[in-house]
Amino acid sequence: MSMWAGFWQSPEVHGALALGAVVAAVSGVIGVFVVLRGQSFAGHALADIGGAGAAGAFLAGVNSLWGFLLFGLLGAVGVELLGRRARERDLATGIVLALALGVEALLLYFDTRLAGGAQAPMLVLFGSVFVVAPSTVRVVAVLSLVTAAVTGALYRPLLLCSIEPELAVTRGIPVTLVSLVFILLLAVVVEEGSLVVGALLSTGLLIGPAAAAVRLTAKTGWAMFWAALLGVAAVWAGVFLAYGSYRWPPGGHGWPVSFFTAALILVFYLAARLGTGSRQGA
Amino acid sequence: MPAYLAAAWLSGTTVAVAAAVAGFFIVRKNAAFFAHALPKAGFAGAAGAVFLGVNPLYGLAVFAVGGALAVSRLEKREQGDVATALTLVAALGAGALFLVLTGRYATGAYALLFGQIVGVTGAQVLATAGVGALCLLAVAFLYRPLLLVTHAREVAEARGLPVGLVETGFLLVTALAVTVAVPVAGALLSFSLLIGPAAAANHLTCRPGKAMALSVVFSLLTVWLSLTLAYLTGWPTGFFVSAVVAGLYLGTRALAAASRI
Repeated sequence: MSMWAGFWQSPEVHGALALGAVVAAVSGVIGVFVVLRGQSFAGHALADIGGAGAAGAFLAGVNSLWGFLLFGLLGAVGVELLGRRARERDLATGIVLALALGVEALLLYFDTRLAGGAQAPMLVLFGSVFVVAPSTVRVVAVLSLVTAAVTGALYRPLLLCSIEPELAVTRGIPVTLVSLVFILLLAVVVEEGSLVVGALLSTGLLIGPAAAAVRLTAKTGWAMFWAALLGVAAVWAGVFLAYGSYRWPPGGHGWPVSFFTAALILVFYLAARLGTGSRQGA
Repeated sequence: MPAYLAAAWLSGTTVAVAAAVAGFFIVRKNAAFFAHALPKAGFAGAAGAVFLGVNPLYGLAVFAVGGALAVSRLEKREQGDVATALTLVAALGAGALFLVLTGRYATGAYALLFGQIVGVTGAQVLATAGVGALCLLAVAFLYRPLLLVTHAREVAEARGLPVGLVETGFLLVTALAVTVAVPVAGALLSFSLLIGPAAAANHLTCRPGKAMALSVVFSLLTVWLSLTLAYLTGWPTGFFVSAVVAGLYLGTRALAAASRI
């Protein structure tokens, strides 16, 4: 009993639930476009690319958020410029990612050698929803509002570009510009996710709930709603279970939030797939 | 040359060849995301093996092969990139749990992610050579059918080739190459070697045999140059591998663009 009273009163838990919900909701909304546009690799790569920036920020002694954002946006521009042609897109994304990972290896090496932070690599790679600074919370909230507003403003042209690119071109929509703005938005969302919940869940929350949601409904707006809802549910249940797992074997430490949330995301996806499989046919 | 350098050189060379050969097909099949996801899944498996107290190589192989099969299963009714992303999230979720439960969070994971080519032991050199040879044998066996399936799927089907089996063969070859590469080059940078040299080679020639040979040459140059630079500067090998690979890719791309004008 006392343990759960602690759960509801702990400020860390409040922060984790609020931040996790914001990130999960925004990731779900953008994720539907990512799934429709087939850009899962870019979505995942940007999370890893941001990690290199975070390693650099640690070395420079600034808030890792700025490192995540700077590298994320640079990476997004690089992926977009090098991968214009569809055939080359995945490889171009891969090369930008490989370069960022190499830089990250170097920066982490300097982190441990010069700054003496043996913990730096792990914080960068597996961020924790429980250790986000209050000043970061405000920035994340503002960024989320901005991305939500831009997504709302771009909704119709973006949807047309994603589903019927040829039609979008004939209607005079600047497709290249729209896809550049979209990948920059994607970078902001993914870097927020990497900072708050780590690179693993950043990808999980972006792709999993959206992939489930597009199976539940054919309407894009509703798919976004469902994706956001499933994402928030997975994060909240994940935090809840992680808090409870301190009493589980092998003892000594709780099980990680990222494990529970990732597992729930997959359960949601598989359930949506099974539930809709019979109607769509194999 | 000190013994540890000779071991690093030998295993690095094996990894370079295996990665370049598997990478040739990865690039032709546009499977860069898959090539990125498998080493990471393998990393999670190795973390699991450390937790259970068995040889990390087994965990690595099991998760690499399991991940490859999971992607091919999910892909049947899903976009390829979404299937890959979900498999990756599943493997990494398990990996996060293994790492936390093991408690050896920082050092072990860092070594697995970024590789420890200088820490390679004699036994590891032998294991690397064995799995690498297996990988090359499999490619030699699969070469012609896989090339046909990759470039002319309908023709392969019409000729009665077991397309599904050949595809699974490709997945297993990639998983083998990953198992060779991750302990030496690390989960994050195996990926550079898997796609970089082959992508660069593809910019210069369309002919499959030539492209594969060129890919091996690029890969060997990358690894040898990186090991030398890492030895001279003391900086991580992975940084040089990525930098050389990116340079090769951009250079050959510019060359190809220039020759088209």
